[in-house]
Amino acid sequence: MNCPLLELRDLQVAVEEKIILDPIDLTINKGEVHVLMGPNGAGKSTLAAAIMGDPRFTVTRGTVTLDGEDITDTAADARARKGVFLSFQAPEEIPGVTLENFLRTAQGAVRGEQPKVMAFRRELKKQMDLLGMDGAYAERYLNVGFSGGEKKKAEILQLLMLQPKLALLDETDSGLDVDAVKTVTQGIRAYHNAENALLIITHNAKILEGLDVDRVHVLDQHRIVRTGGPELIREITEGGFGSVLSEEA
Amino acid sequence: MAEVKKTQVEPIDRSMYDFRYEVNAAFQVDSGLTPEIVETISEEKHDPDWMRAFRLKALDVYNRTALPSWGPPLDGLNMANIVTYVRPNTEMQAKWADVPDDIKNTFERLGIPQAERASLAGVGAQYDSEVVYHNVRKEVQEQGVVYTDLESALHSDHAERIREHFMHLVPPSDHKFAALHGAVWSGGSYVYVPAGVSVEIPLQSYFRLNAPGAGQFEHTLIIVEEGAYLHFIEGCSAPKYNVANLHAGCVEIYVGKNARVRYSTIENWSKNMYNLNTKRALVAEGGTIEWVSGSFGSHTSYLYPMSVLRGAGARMEFTGITFAGAGQELDTGAQVIHAAPRTSSHIVTKSIARDGGVSNFRSAVVVTKDAKDAKSSVSCESLMLDDRSRSDTIPVMDIACDQVDVGHEAKIGRISEEAVFYLMSRGLSEADARALIVGGFAEPIAKELPLEYAVEMNNLIHLEMQGTIG
Ligand SMILES: Nc1ncnc2c1ncn2[C@@H]1O[C@H](COP(=O)(O)OP(=O)(O)OP(=O)(O)O)[C@@H](O)[C@H]1O
Ligand SMILES: [Mg+2]
Repeated sequence: MNCPLLELRDLQVAVEEKIILDPIDLTINKGEVHVLMGPNGAGKSTLAAAIMGDPRFTVTRGTVTLDGEDITDTAADARARKGVFLSFQAPEEIPGVTLENFLRTAQGAVRGEQPKVMAFRRELKKQMDLLGMDGAYAERYLNVGFSGGEKKKAEILQLLMLQPKLALLDETDSGLDVDAVKTVTQGIRAYHNAENALLIITHNAKILEGLDVDRVHVLDQHRIVRTGGPELIREITEGGFGSVLSEEA
Repeated sequence: MAEVKKTQVEPIDRSMYDFRYEVNAAFQVDSGLTPEIVETISEEKHDPDWMRAFRLKALDVYNRTALPSWGPPLDGLNMANIVTYVRPNTEMQAKWADVPDDIKNTFERLGIPQAERASLAGVGAQYDSEVVYHNVRKEVQEQGVVYTDLESALHSDHAERIREHFMHLVPPSDHKFAALHGAVWSGGSYVYVPAGVSVEIPLQSYFRLNAPGAGQFEHTLIIVEEGAYLHFIEGCSAPKYNVANLHAGCVEIYVGKNARVRYSTIENWSKNMYNLNTKRALVAEGGTIEWVSGSFGSHTSYLYPMSVLRGAGARMEFTGITFAGAGQELDTGAQVIHAAPRTSSHIVTKSIARDGGVSNFRSAVVVTKDAKDAKSSVSCESLMLDDRSRSDTIPVMDIACDQVDVGHEAKIGRISEEAVFYLMSRGLSEADARALIVGGFAEPIAKELPLEYAVEMNNLIHLEMQGTIG
């Protein structure tokens, strides 16, 4: 049964007067895994940021609906509390705030109550083990001095700890070594269930191994120019964007 | 986005500090400053003769000394209006139960007796001009440690030692407010730690100024002998009045050979306070002075603890944070004089300014020609929370020896909007996101504070940050 979680209708997004997306129509149902591909600079990160509510991007037309509720004008923190999560392409460093403290604060913010100390500790250990992260990372300042790959793992750790309804993963696999990609995919599989959904932005098919991909979208020239099943991924990785875009033309 | 974001200044909730009781003084002098007033204070306090003479001489120096011409403005401070001596309606008590209710309630609301029970070796509490409560754990006393108010000590067998040290490190001629202090000082602490004794848990003094338009001039004299260790904590606060209050305290610390002293302060005076405090340490061979300093309150501050590294291998560490909000001009810093070989100093400070506040950091590093192989590093980071606020770094160096290693580093930053969005994308409100970032900025300082104070500092940061977003 199709139950829409995210609906983008006739969305136009601009940054500093410059239109980057126009128009975007997209529906993601609960339980689905969507993949978003497209050439560098096509606007993939912009779309993810706009769904998250990044104030640098302005929705100049259209609507963003989550679980039937119009969130077009909702601030990012409220969206997060309603269940939207973005794994950043380049996560910020926050000196002086340990990963553990941050996760506790974030979990408290998203759930509306402070997590219990022992339960939180147990859960954190479990998820860090799953991602093969050394427990010492919990005591390190958030993303400060983390390698590119460690930052991405920390993003997936946040995904697992916050359990959002909708996860937007922006190139979480880029910069990861082969084993780390596997670990991240494991994390994504552990997160995914029939009630939530993923929009995965990637240039690489590796991260999708072992995931049941429902739809693949290709973004170019401000809009989604093609949508298809998982077979599109092979076409693109083998033949480049030219092969899939030319059919459209 | 449909939401309109604007910044406005809300009066923040300082009720934890802002409550006040009626002034119930046993005695207070007239406002202003005359030889008669100084004599009256001296008489009230049963000074020894030398102290009375000292006060009058200091008053003379005060009258002949000009106001500092280089720091934040002092126009709001009219000495003719300041009441220099307000004696609370009680003698000093050694039992908490004997302290009068209004005063007791004041300190209880500030968490003082609780802290004593939990984690302190001794506590002194000053209310307006006099110490109203003093208590030291028996086992500490039995080690020969003396911790009392300076007045009592002046009439004890430490009288001669006090005379030899009192205002020798900070003479009245140092600056106008040191002179003022010499003339009207009252209350404070005397601490003596004998050679080889390590006071394992901290001693604490808490200063509360309750009377409007009054001044507080407590004197803290600490003498730590060879090989001994002491951690002294000082806290201060006051309720807000519309008239200016003045704090011109003085701290003198004598660190003996191979001794170590840690002096921690969380200052949260109300925002009508002129905080013109002078702190200085003299460190003998192999000794260490560690300053940890948090400045949050007051209208105007001049505060630059100085360490004189007189013996070979003496060390100083200074860790400080200053947070200036609307209407505040906090001029803080650290000074060090390297006067012997292999001395070292390490200064790390953070300053934060918001809502038009000014937070300046001054460092002064002096290396004499005798200080061969001295080492000094100064690092100052400031964070400005908006365009109306100011934060400057003003380093001064005077190096008379070429075999030294001196470093200075200053950074000025702002909160990155990307970082705020990152945290908001994890559910934190904008205010909480900013407070978390500021708290993280302050973390290296908080780490140096005793736990209760680190918590208090974090609370203060959140309190200060609340008013930022409207
Ligand atoms: N803050 C900004 N100011 C101006 N232009 C911007 C801004 N952010 C993004 N853009 C532009 O918008 C376009 C889309 O950028 P976006 O980061 O969304 O691309 P992308 O598809 O994620 O690319 P990549 O695969 O390289 O990550 C680019 O041309 C980029 O330069
Ligand atoms: Mg991108």
